[in-house]
Amino acid sequence: MATIEISCVEIWREISNYLEGEISAELRDRMQAHFEVCKHCSAVLDGTRNVVELMGDGRVFPMPEGFRRRLYRKIRRR
Amino acid sequence: MPGEPQPQMDSNETDLIRRVCKGEPEAFEELVRPYERVVYITAISILKNSADAEEVAQEAVLKAFSNLPNFRAECKFSTWLVQITYNEARMKLRKDRRHLYDSVDDPQQGEQGDYSPRDFADWRPIPSESLESDEIRQALQNAINSLSSTYREIVNLRDIQDLSIKETATVLGIPEASVKTRLHRARLLLRDALAPGLDGCWRAKQEYRKVRPW
Repeated sequence: MATIEISCVEIWREISNYLEGEISAELRDRMQAHFEVCKHCSAVLDGTRNVVELMGDGRVFPMPEGFRRRLYRKIRRR
Repeated sequence: MPGEPQPQMDSNETDLIRRVCKGEPEAFEELVRPYERVVYITAISILKNSADAEEVAQEAVLKAFSNLPNFRAECKFSTWLVQITYNEARMKLRKDRRHLYDSVDDPQQGEQGDYSPRDFADWRPIPSESLESDEIRQALQNAINSLSSTYREIVNLRDIQDLSIKETATVLGIPEASVKTRLHRARLLLRDALAPGLDGCWRAKQEYRKVRPW
């Protein structure tokens, strides 16, 4: 395989940028090749991706009941 | 400014802003409505307390209303509103002097040095229905609250509110490279905090146990 190997430590350093798509195509290919053979790193990748997905779910941080109604209170009082 | 890329302004928003400035205050609520949640989440991510977050949200919205004639569309309206909320929340935190407690950050959360995962537990995707459970939601909120404010802010803006890296940098007034570094560390810390507990056998108050032999 022509891909140059990459260490686990280097992988951990770039996982968030990998998820953001903020890395070069060359590094992405090397990381992908690593994930295919390294269970540890692919577990860290899956976990980090889960974190990002969970945080983006609107149900995790619901607004208190009546928040909307009260939000403009100070403006209406003017 | 010629040559400067202008942020995409929603034409409906531009119209609403014009109406508010021409003396039609009712249009303001319509303008802010899509961002009510964003305002709340920004405030609570800094203050960690629902009552304080509400108070700050109301202040921020009032401030946005009063300053709307000065809004020059150098960034999106939503970014501007988040920036105001963020500043109001920071101000309240300073006033209440709670930052004295908050500043005792875990030294392991420093931005320097390489990160090593605490474990390599597999973590299967969480079924969407489980987010209806208060227990799981609480676990996620606790994990966020366990981060130092620097990391909480980043996760809030980028992952919870889905602002771009650039917008996050604008709101916080820091370089994009710092956003990326902090985001990276925050996500891995959250993974460490959540992976053992949500690894397919999540139970409230259960002691952490490794699920893989290594």
